[in-house]
Amino acid sequence: MNKIVTGLVFGAILGLLDGATAWFTPEVRPAIVTILMGSTVKGMVVGLLSGWFARKINSVSWGIGFGAVIGLFFAYLIAMQPQPSGNHYYLEIMLPGFVVGAIIGFLTQRAGGPSKQTTQQTT
Amino acid sequence: MELNDSTLDHLRAVVDQPDLSGTRYELEGEIGRGGLGVVYAALDHQLQRRVAIKVLDSTLPALRLEEEARVIASLEHPAIVPIYETGTLPDGRVYYAMKLVAGQRLDRYLNAQVSLSERLRLVRTTGEALAFAHTRGVVHRDLKPQNVMVGSFGEVYVMDWGVEGVAGTPQFRAPEQAGAAPDHRSDIYALGALLQFLLPETAPWRLRAIAAKAMAADPEARYSSVPALLLDLQRFQDGLAVEACPETWWQQARRFAVRNQVLLLLLAAFVVVKFFLFFLHGL
Repeated sequence: MNKIVTGLVFGAILGLLDGATAWFTPEVRPAIVTILMGSTVKGMVVGLLSGWFARKINSVSWGIGFGAVIGLFFAYLIAMQPQPSGNHYYLEIMLPGFVVGAIIGFLTQRAGGPSKQTTQQTT
Repeated sequence: MELNDSTLDHLRAVVDQPDLSGTRYELEGEIGRGGLGVVYAALDHQLQRRVAIKVLDSTLPALRLEEEARVIASLEHPAIVPIYETGTLPDGRVYYAMKLVAGQRLDRYLNAQVSLSERLRLVRTTGEALAFAHTRGVVHRDLKPQNVMVGSFGEVYVMDWGVEGVAGTPQFRAPEQAGAAPDHRSDIYALGALLQFLLPETAPWRLRAIAAKAMAADPEARYSSVPALLLDLQRFQDGLAVEACPETWWQQARRFAVRNQVLLLLLAAFVVVKFFLFFLHGL
């Protein structure tokens, strides 16, 4: 499994897990399916970009940093959308998004091998 | 005329020195003593390079050194000193010329501050040379720190490959060597003893367990081969469980936590954030 696929898989799992915790917040429970889908897609996008980054840069600390920043960025994009009540949940979405991004960034650095490449030996 | 002690010592040393006239080598001085003879540094006039020359003890039959030379010559490995040639001196003693290693004996090398990972590298490289020799059917028989050289660039050379009749050094000799012909398991014992010798007092207990398993009195209880021992060392360095000692669940959990501490910290941060947000809403 290469790093991009690794990022997509871990991003989907962690995004789903992150979204599922919204069930503990009664006022957003009716929108749980939308939250789950949005959170999963967000996780997969962060995973895709983290996997791409991991192929370019081999550094756990940089991977964590990159994942955290883009996790925060995509969480901000989602938090910008107002809820039906008109409220914004910046803290509730961005804080976990930041941590989930860091975890995805870490996992893409540690797991998954490089994608298959053809090499040619020159003499 | 009376001669003082230092003059007598000098004369004795000169008499003992081999006569290299008629060879391409010029004697520089003694650098060590092995089981079969004395090793000297010499200058090879033909190739203009320094070499080491091992000259057989005059009391031993020439076949012994020739056999040792043949054994070493059959082992082409980066951690085994290459033999250049063999010959006979004008006084009838047999010699062989080999690469002169610029470095220190392992026991002296340890006088400096040497990290644990460097110590394990030395054991691994020594073990790789042994494992290679075993695939060629050669057993060292007398592995000890004095027979391992560390070059100036960190390269490792295993010296003094044993021939029939070499008894080994007590601290590094397997119990069965006292009565029977040694086999590759005797070298496993000696490598374990070398590992134990190299470990600092603060070494992790799992490393001591690896050395203890290699040094089991019963050869059947040791590692089955040198690569199996090296694999266990690699497992230790990778933070994995080692074959030498079964672990309790607590030790397994502790090793897992140490190995995955960054991931566990990140997951803990996620849980803390979620709890924080949950209780923030409850307020």
